[in-house]
Amino acid sequence: MAAIIQAEHLTHIYGQGMPDASKAIDDINFEIQEGEFVGLIGSTGSGKSTLINHFNGILKPTSGKLYVDGQDMWANPKDIRKFRFMVGLVFQYPEYQLFEETVEKDIAYGPINMGLSESEVAQRVKQAAQLCEIDQEMLQKSPFELSGGQKRRVAIAGVIAMQPRVLVLDEPAAGLDPEGRDNILSQIKAYHKQTGTTVILVSHSMEDIAKYADKVIVMNQSKLAMYDTTEKIFARADELLQMGLSVPQVTKIFLKLREMGVDLPADVYTIPYAVKTILAAVGKKEVWE
Amino acid sequence: MIRDITIGQHFPGNSVLHRLDPRMKIVLTMAYIVLLFVAANPAGLALATVLLAGLYRVAKIPLRIIVKSLKPILPIIVFTVVLNLFFITGESQPLVELGFIKIYSEGIRYAVLMGVRIILLIAGTSLLTYTTSPIALTDAIERLLSPLSKLHLPVHELAMVMTIALRFIPTLIEETDKIMNAQKARGAQLDSGTLQQRMKAMVPILIPLFVSAFRRADELAMAMECRCYRGGEGRTRLKQLRLTTNDWLCCVVCLVLFGAIWCTNFFFTGL
Repeated sequence: MAAIIQAEHLTHIYGQGMPDASKAIDDINFEIQEGEFVGLIGSTGSGKSTLINHFNGILKPTSGKLYVDGQDMWANPKDIRKFRFMVGLVFQYPEYQLFEETVEKDIAYGPINMGLSESEVAQRVKQAAQLCEIDQEMLQKSPFELSGGQKRRVAIAGVIAMQPRVLVLDEPAAGLDPEGRDNILSQIKAYHKQTGTTVILVSHSMEDIAKYADKVIVMNQSKLAMYDTTEKIFARADELLQMGLSVPQVTKIFLKLREMGVDLPADVYTIPYAVKTILAAVGKKEVWE
Repeated sequence: MIRDITIGQHFPGNSVLHRLDPRMKIVLTMAYIVLLFVAANPAGLALATVLLAGLYRVAKIPLRIIVKSLKPILPIIVFTVVLNLFFITGESQPLVELGFIKIYSEGIRYAVLMGVRIILLIAGTSLLTYTTSPIALTDAIERLLSPLSKLHLPVHELAMVMTIALRFIPTLIEETDKIMNAQKARGAQLDSGTLQQRMKAMVPILIPLFVSAFRRADELAMAMECRCYRGGEGRTRLKQLRLTTNDWLCCVVCLVLFGAIWCTNFFFTGL
C-alpha cells in the first residue's frame, strides 16, 4: 500500500537569499500509512509547525518532495487546492478563523469551497456537527457567542466537514481546561476509529501523545530525530530529555523504579499498562506484603 | 507580500542623522517640503536633490530601498506628470498638436519639475522615518504639539494613539498571515477570480481580523489601567529629549543649504 503522506529530503528555508535566512526543516524523510494516528512532538522552534504547513501546501518546500497519496504535491502548483481538501489542517487556536453569522454557515465554508451540491454540504455539516458534539441549537448561534471550548469544536468541525483523508491538528487542546482537553482529544480519537482517517497530532503534552498516538515523530533542531511506535519512543527517555522534551509521568516513575533496581520494563507509558505491569511484577515476586 | 511595505519603516543605525534630535528632524523635514514647492527652477531642485542624496549617504541607507519605497506611488507620479503635460498652456507655439491635445514647452518643464518634486517629497519624508524609531517620532510630535494642549487639545492622547497604532502594525500583519493560511486551508481562493469574487473572498479574512483587533484593544486597555495609566497629566519620561550643540550645528548647516536652494530663485531666473 502506498503511503498517504511521504516526505523525501524535505527542506524549507525561510527568507532564502536574505542575510537572515534560516533552515526551519532540514532533509526530512518519512512515510505515514493510511489510517495511522501519529503524534508529532518537538521543543519550541524545532520545525513542527513548518513541517505540518507543508502537508497541505501552505508552504512550498525549498527543496525535496512531498507525496500525498502517491502524487507529487507540487508537480502542478495549480492543483494545490485538491491537496488542501485531501489534507485538512487545523491550526493552533483555530477559533480565530470563525467569521460567519451562524455556526452552521461557518462549518459549511470549506465544503462550499469544494464546490459540493447544497444537499451534500448540508449533509456534511450535519455529520461533522454530530462528530464534534455540536447540537442543533448551537448550529443556529453566532460563533462569537460561544465559549472557548465550543468555538474550538466548531473550528475543528469546519475542517472535518471537508472529509479530508488526513487530519492534521496543531495543538488542538492548547489553552483549554482539563475537561475540554479530554473532550476534544477523545472526540478526535473516536473520529479516527469511526472513519479510519489518518490523524497527525502535534502536542506538547507527552500524556496526550502517550494516550492517543500509535506512532510518534520527534523533531529536534530542524531535523527528524526519531520516528517509531509510541512505546519504543518513550523507552528512549534519556534522549528525549536531552532534547528538552519529556516523558509521561508514569514513565518517569518506572524509570526511577528501574534505577532503584526493581525489575520492570522501560516502555511503560500509559496508566492501564502500568497497572498491569505492576500487578504482574507483584504476582511474580510477591514482595509487596 | 504584505511584508514588503517600506514606507514608514525604520532602519536602525548609528549615523549623525539617526542620533539627531527627532524634533529637529521633523522641523527640518517640514522646512524641506515647503522649500521643494518654493524652489521654482531646475537649479534649485537639482541642489535639493544633491542635498538629499548626501543625507542618504550620511545615513547609510542603500539606494534600492528608496526605489522600493517609490514603487507604490509611481501611479501618482505618472498621473501628475501626464496631467501637467497636457493641461499647462504657454505663450509660445505648441510643440505637438494632435487634435485637441496640445503640448507646450512650458508643460514639459512643469511636468518634469512636478515629478521631481513628488519624488523628493517622498524620499525626504521617508528619510525621516528611516532614521527615527516610531517611538522617538511620536515622542517628538507630542513635544512639538504640546503648546496646543493650552487650547485643551488632547495632545498626549493623540500621541499615545499613534504610538499604539504603530506598535500594532507588525502584530496585525502577522495575524493577517495566520488567518489567511487558515482560510486557505479551508479552500479559500484569494488570488484568482474576478474583482468581485476576490473582494468576497476577503470577507472571511477581514471579519476575524477585526474581531481580534478589538479583542487586543480591549486587553491592552485593561493592561494599561492595571498599571494605573491615567493620561498625560503629571507624567514624567524615562528619556528626556534635549537639544545638544550637535543638533544646533546640524540645524545651522541645513538652514544654510536651504537658504542656498531658495536663493537659486533669484539668480537662475533665466532657466
